[in-house]
This record gives sequence, C-alpha cells and structure tokens, in this order.
Amino acid sequence: MGLKALDYETMNENVKKVQYAVRGELYLRASELQKEGKKIIFTNVGNPQALGQKPLTFPRQVVALCQAPFLLDDPNVGLIFPADAIARAKHYLSLTSGGLGAYSDSRGIPGVRKEVAEFIERRDGYPSDPELIFLTDGASKGVMQILNCIIRGQGDGVLVPVPQYPLYSATISLFGGSLVPYYLEETANWGLDVNNLRESVAQARFKGITVRAMVIINPGNPTGQCLSEANLREILNFCYQENLVLLGDEVYQQNIYQDERPFISSRKVLMDMGPPISKDVQLVSFHTVSKGYWGECGQRGGYFEMTNIPPKTVDEIYKIASISLSPNVPAQIFMGLMVNPLKPGDVSYDQFVRESKGILESLRRRARIMTDGFNSCKNVVCNFTEGKSLLSTGHSKAFVFCDFFSALLLGYHTGAMYSFPQLRLPPKAIEAAKQAGKVPDVFYCLKLLEATGISTVPGSGFGQKEGVFHLRTTILPAEEDMPEIMSSFKKFNDEFMAQYEDNWNRSRM
Amino acid sequence: MRRFVIGSARNLIESSRQKYQFERSILSSPYRFLSSSPAADSPSSSSSSSSTMAHPVSLNTINPKVIECEYAVRGEIVTLAQKLQEEIQTKPDAHPFEEILYCNIGNPQSLGQQPITFFREVLALCDHPAILDKSETQGLFSADSIERAWQILDQIPGRATGAYSHSQGIKGLRDTIAAGIEARDGFPADPNDIFLTDGASPAVHMMMQLLIRSEKDGILCPIPQYPLYSASIALHGGTLVPYYLDEATGWGLEVSELKKQLETSRSKGITVRALVVINPGNPTGQVLAEENQKAIVEFCKQEGLVLLADEVYQENVYVPEKKFHSFKKVSRSMGYGEKDIALVSFQSVSKGYYGECGKRGGYMEVTGFGADVREQIYKVASVNLCSNISGQILASLVMSPPKVGDESYESYSAERDGILSSLARRAKTLEDAFSKLEGVTCNKAEGAMYLFPRIDLPEKAIKAAEAAKKAPDAYYCQRLLAATGIVFVPGSGFGQVPGTWHFRCTILPQEEKIPAIVTRLTDFHKSFMDEFRG
Repeated sequence: MGLKALDYETMNENVKKVQYAVRGELYLRASELQKEGKKIIFTNVGNPQALGQKPLTFPRQVVALCQAPFLLDDPNVGLIFPADAIARAKHYLSLTSGGLGAYSDSRGIPGVRKEVAEFIERRDGYPSDPELIFLTDGASKGVMQILNCIIRGQGDGVLVPVPQYPLYSATISLFGGSLVPYYLEETANWGLDVNNLRESVAQARFKGITVRAMVIINPGNPTGQCLSEANLREILNFCYQENLVLLGDEVYQQNIYQDERPFISSRKVLMDMGPPISKDVQLVSFHTVSKGYWGECGQRGGYFEMTNIPPKTVDEIYKIASISLSPNVPAQIFMGLMVNPLKPGDVSYDQFVRESKGILESLRRRARIMTDGFNSCKNVVCNFTEGKSLLSTGHSKAFVFCDFFSALLLGYHTGAMYSFPQLRLPPKAIEAAKQAGKVPDVFYCLKLLEATGISTVPGSGFGQKEGVFHLRTTILPAEEDMPEIMSSFKKFNDEFMAQYEDNWNRSRM
Repeated sequence: MRRFVIGSARNLIESSRQKYQFERSILSSPYRFLSSSPAADSPSSSSSSSSTMAHPVSLNTINPKVIECEYAVRGEIVTLAQKLQEEIQTKPDAHPFEEILYCNIGNPQSLGQQPITFFREVLALCDHPAILDKSETQGLFSADSIERAWQILDQIPGRATGAYSHSQGIKGLRDTIAAGIEARDGFPADPNDIFLTDGASPAVHMMMQLLIRSEKDGILCPIPQYPLYSASIALHGGTLVPYYLDEATGWGLEVSELKKQLETSRSKGITVRALVVINPGNPTGQVLAEENQKAIVEFCKQEGLVLLADEVYQENVYVPEKKFHSFKKVSRSMGYGEKDIALVSFQSVSKGYYGECGKRGGYMEVTGFGADVREQIYKVASVNLCSNISGQILASLVMSPPKVGDESYESYSAERDGILSSLARRAKTLEDAFSKLEGVTCNKAEGAMYLFPRIDLPEKAIKAAEAAKKAPDAYYCQRLLAATGIVFVPGSGFGQVPGTWHFRCTILPQEEKIPAIVTRLTDFHKSFMDEFRG
C-alpha cells in the first residue's frame, strides 16, 4: 500500500517543535569529532563525574551494600566497608519493601520521603509533610510531570526566565503549551525585575494566553545568580496577585561558593510571609542528586515538594506518577543519603567532609582560573562591578561578560556550575554566520569546537535578548586541564575576533 | 464497561470538584478579598480578576487528560489495601487476617523473590568501583563478577557511573544488548536502534508521544490490556481502538478482529497509527503462536501500522508446548526488513526471572523508521538527559547472563531455574484453585505473571455492586480484600467484553503462601456466593 507507518510528516508536531540545545547540534558534532579520534572537552552539560569528579565514597558504599545485601551477612564485609556504611545500608533496606529490586510506592519510599521532609524542616525552619513530597527519576521527570498537569493546550502559558535551562522550553513545547519569556537583566547581575514580569504577563494576555505558572531557577542556570530574599518576596507577591503556581527549580542549592548570601528556598520565604500569601500561593520546589558536590547525575534521583496544592490534585499527580510505577530505588537511597548526611562522630564523617569540601573548593579555584582566562583574552571583558552596566557605558569593544565569575571573585551572590559569558560578535562574523545558515553564536561555538575541541552550548539555546550573543560553559573540567583549556580558548577567540573584526572597531569609533 | 468506569470516575471527580469549589468560594475567596493588602500597591488591572479565579493547580484547572487517564493496577483497591496494612500495623487484630497478600502487581521482589546474585554483584561493584582492585574484594565477590564489572566500567566513558550517559544509553552496553538480541533471534541487531529507558513504561510513553497528534489518531490495543496503554493514550490525547482477545480460544488474537476494528474506526474518521501486542500477554498470560505472529506482521505491513511489541515477559513462558518468538525475528524470518515494517520492541529488567522492578531498567529496539524520525526520538530522549545507569547496566546483564564455563554459571542457572519452575508451579496451583470455584473459569497460564479468571457473578451481587456504586468485579475484589487481605485487580481496570467480569491475580506470592491464599479465597468465595446466590 505504500503507507509509511510513521514518518517525519506524520509525527506529532509538538515533538518536532522541541528544541533541546544542551544535546543539540553542537553536542552531536562534538560526538562525531570524538568518534573521529579528536579529543573533546565536554563543557556542555553539567555532568561533573564525566569530567573526572570522583563520587563521594560513603554514599557509594551504602548503595553498593544495598545492591548486594548478601554481603551484609558475610563476616568479612567489615574488611572493605566501614561500620557506618553497613548500618546505613541496613537502615535503608529496612525502609524498602523488598530491597532495591522492588517497585516502591509511586511517590517514593515513605521512609526516604520522611528524611527529605526532615531535611526541608531543618533548612527552612518550617515543618514539611512527607505526603507532599514525591521522589522522581531526576528533577527533570518531576518538572515534566508537573507541567503535564498544568498545561491544557496552547492557550496556557508558563513564565520562564530567559536565558533558561532548555528543559523548560522543551517540555512546554512537548505538551503543546506556550512559553512566556521574561528576561533576566544581564546588566543587573541577571537579576529578576518584577516590572519585566508584569510586562511579559500583560503581553501574553493580550495574545489570549492564560498565564498559569512561573518558573524560577535559583541559583540560576545558566546564569548562576542567587536570588535575594527581597526578590523572592516580590516574586511570591507577584504570583499571588496574578494567581500563578510557582515552580522553584532549586537543584543548585548546594552550589553556593560564598557565605554572604546563602541559598534561601522559595518555600521558606513563602512561609515567612505569613497568611494570606503563605496559605494561598501554590509552590512546587525541585531538587536533585545530580548537582552540588554530589554530582550523581547518572543515578537519576530527585524530588519535588508541593505547597498549597489541594489534596484532590495531589491525588491526580500521584496517579500520573503511578503510571510510571516508581522512581528507581537506588537513586531514592542516594536522595536519602544526601538529605540525611553523616554527622560528626560517625566513622566516615571526616572523609566525607574532606571529599565534599575538596570538590567545592576545587570548583571555586576552577572558576577563578576560567575568569582570569577570559579576562586575558583579546576583546574579552568580565563585568567586575555589581550593578555597573558596561553595556550602557557605550564601550565599543567586544566584551565577554561573565557575571558569575566576577561575582565569585568578589564574593557576590553566586551559585550553580556554569559561566554564561556574552560574545559581542563583529558584524562580519554575523554576516559569515548568515552565509553558513547558522545563528551567530552557534557559528562561533562550532568554530570553537572545531579549533579546540571545547564543546559549549550557544546562548541561543537558552534564549537571549535579540542581537545579543552568549555561550555557556560549565566550570567542571578537571583543575589540571584548566590552564590549557583557557589558553586554547584564548588563542581561538583572539584569532576569530581578529579575522572578523577588521576595521569594525575603528569604524564604530 | 470501560465507559462505565470512566463515567463513574468522572462523576466522582465532578462531585468532589463541586464540593471543593464550594469550600473555596465560602472560605478562601472572601478571605482573599479582605486581606489583599500586600498586593494593594500593585497595578490593579491584572490583579483584580485573580481573586475570583480558582488556583492554577486544582482539579478544575489541571490538564483534563490527566484526570481522564486511569491506572487500576495502583488504583482504589490498592489504596484500601495500604490503609488496611497500616491498621494492622497499629492494631494487629483489627482485621480477620494478619497480613495483606499483594497479588495486584508484578513486583516479585516485594514478595520475597531473591535477586540473581551475579547481577547484584556486578551492580554493587559498578556502584563502588573503588574496591575493585582491593584483594579483600576477591573474598567477597565471584571472580567473573569482578571481571564483568571491569568490562562494563571500561565501556563507560571515564568509568564514570555517576555521569549522565548518551541519551540513548551507554554505547558499550547497547552493543552488548544488540549482541544478546542477535543471539536470541538469529538476526542482526544494531546498537544504534536501541534506546535504554527507565523501565519499559517511559519507552511506551515516548512512542505514544511521537504517534499521537490528536484524538483523531488511534492506537489498536488488546482488550483486556495492561492499563499503561490506555493511560498513556489518554494522557497524550489519542483514541484507544480496542480489539478483543478471544477468551474462548485461550485469549487468542484474531486478525479478522483487528481488521474489523480497524475498519470501524476508520469509518469514524480515526487514523489508526499503531498496533499494540503484548506477548506473552498481560493480564491474560497467553503466548502467541508463530503463525499468528506472522499474520499480525502481515496485517501491520499491509495497513501501514507501527507494531508496538510489548515483549517484557519474554523469559516468562511456563508450558513446554509454547515458545517465545520476538516480532523482530518473526518479521525478519518472513523476509521483511527495515523498509517493510516499522517495529518497536520493548524489554524490561522488571520481569523475567530477574524481576528487578525497582531498578527501572529497560530498552526499546526501534526498527523501520527513517533517520529523521529516529532523530526526533533521540531528541525526546535527550530532554530527560538519560536513563539511570544502574538500570542500563542491568539491562545489559539480563541480555548477556553468565555462560557455561563461567564461575557463576552454575549458581546463576540454579537461581534462574529455581525461580522459573517455582513460578510455573504457583501458576498451576492457582489456576487449579480458581477453576474449582463456583462460577469461575480460568485460562491456562502459559506465560507472563498473571491469571485472569472469569467470574460469573449472581444477579444479586451485581445489584449490590450497583448500590455500592462499584463495578461488579471491583465490588467482588473489595469484599475479598476486606475479608481476607488478598489484593486482586478487578477486570474492569483492564477492559473486558461488556457483561463479563474478571480479576487479575499475579502468580508471585512466595510458594509457601500459596496454600493460605487458596484456602482463604475458597472460603471467601463460598460465603460470597452463599450470600448472593439467587
């Protein structure tokens, strides 16, 4: 009959619309080059262990024992496993209904959800209900479940920061909703201006879109900023006024490299605000084992916590979770271990602290090397001064903005594991990109990849203001490789700029 | 019948929704009007309307597709079971039984089935590779598990078990799986056709997502079916096109029935896009004959349908006269290749003799699609980054277990055969017990993990069920649970020929528990029939 069962033309249009830059064109090209034998430095995904970060020992010991519970009966188990790991493994196995090989409750193991609730209570100072905490296969799955519940069709809008982590744009396309962008202010350290939000909502409403939810990523991805308490209050007030559910992506809450501005959860601020807001604004907060000094991406462990979601709706979300049966159990144990870490006096405590501190301090040092590297580049400038806008001072030089690193150096409010420098590309480079049929920053990043093997993500994958270009890199490559990476970046960048710059500077002057 | 269930669920939701709205309207809205001072300084144009609106996330404002989908395996009856279990824990004599006997879900290890030692050794070593080169490790782990763990770690870039992998899964593991498929079928398999997933369910969702554009797109599904399919189709807004399995011929799948249903739905303007076949069957336990499979392949080819082959029970075949054949093997043996038929085969680590449900490992093998479609599947997979690594490793292990001559081969094969033969005995015992009950007929358990007996309920029982606003088989299951602690899933959760009633029972409780189940069920059934017999 010549009928094709499923071809491109007859596929779900929403699927085709999905853009997912983190694993998009750049990543595919990098994989090809790698196959051809070229050494590739992947800085495109926040995937620390792929770049040599060692897992924390203690959680791995516990999970290994849970995988092979027969070891617990072996008299020699103590030869390679410390007593506290053995005790913890027994503890977690006792919380399961049949070990790691049994489906758990679709919301996750009740005992682990209780540990998560206790963690939240310690963190925020307000009790948390384990019944409103669902464990998931990584935070992404949780985000997808919640957005699936919220989005009914094209008329439903979700406010998403731009630049944003493309999980949100991809998921919203997949479920056929409308992404309503709000721009973060690069010139104000990627701050969130509520007036921008109002404008975005007004514009969306004008187009007939019902804005239903707002996403915040705190600390920011790819932008690395940490929201202040005052800012969070404004946001929650805004959600209250506009009747929006707030989705708080807080997966980088451990990645804070300074003490002046600690991470504050949306939930704590919401509770602090008191009624009516604390009783009314709906909030879903997400967390994961993939980030922080854990970096256990491959485990796919996460949770979300719901606040002010009516019980009947929680039941519906439970039903959707149940169609996938249960989140994977080993990752649930990792989550338990993350929220209920070792305490002083435990046999493995010192090693655990040494390892986690070592990872965070190394991340800090690597960020420093990267910043210095960017600064040494021709036409590359980092914005060192908080609140001072270099863009608005009329400089005509090409800048690479890099608030995250500058903020790190000055001890400003920063987090996450990314740099999102701005690229001011000369017109000739933009023209060349057009000729090649590429978005200018994609063009730049592809050239960077071909020349140096450094695999980054173009800013257009996250969204950015028109005519402004960025790239995102993680700060995760191994410390000893950093100087070399930065010098090859510099070499490429300077040559690239020189090639396309020509008389650009002079003519602009 | 399905209509009825969905309808009753809607009524329930409707009533609770009205109640909820009522509560909100008397409680929250005025409250909010009175105390909106924090918002007072904001532009009022946008905020004035919000106080009369429902919450953005509430029953009447969430995606209606979410409300529509049903998932009986974890539905009402399970919620009741959990409640009873809690009551027993706090007050052991609260009910006439000491424990809840879960026969509702294919979750073998929750009922005491032991994992295969070799698999777990390898997983433990991959989770904690720091001990691999310690000499003490050799005293605790088998030599071939250590060797296998090294092999697997070498396949993972950077030996990083805590890293996101390629979104299709680690290439080396896909190579192993492809080799396993090739050994099983005798036809080549391409590692690039394999997508590793967190269990088989997300793979099914992914395919539904690709196929379903609107309610005009239909998916042919067996009735009775595993409710993952109906739920996933509902969630993606498509139309389930049912085809009935023939209970009289041991749940046979007739191509004439497929044709009839296809024509009917086409005449209603539905574009049928795919055919779901579950082999061995869930909940029906039948194993398809090769000839039957050939006819199905031919049908899909002729009608231009994607064949979605749920083959997660491929290791669970209990009768010597039946053998599992993959649809890939059947279609290739007919001479049909990539260009002739679009075929997706699903496999899972949760079933078989391994029963590793909690690991969420699985894969789909995708053949017969263009490169552009494949790219889209990859893109959708990449949004979720990758499936969990432990599950990926396990999926490779179940497709390449120890071989003759390996140190662990003997213990591995003893464990495997022990589990499979025990399952076969349990299936037989339960089948015999069901067949002895008044008004009950039971299919033969050829494969999978379930029995799906039919029960002829007396008129009075059906009336009583109606009065209790329950489907009659749900009513029976609920009474059974309350009286005995045994959890079955009512047939209405899987779909059945209207006017017939069934329940699904897993064959998974440990063997020593089976006699108690049989006795309790038999006693309950007798008193139930005594109560309602005309």
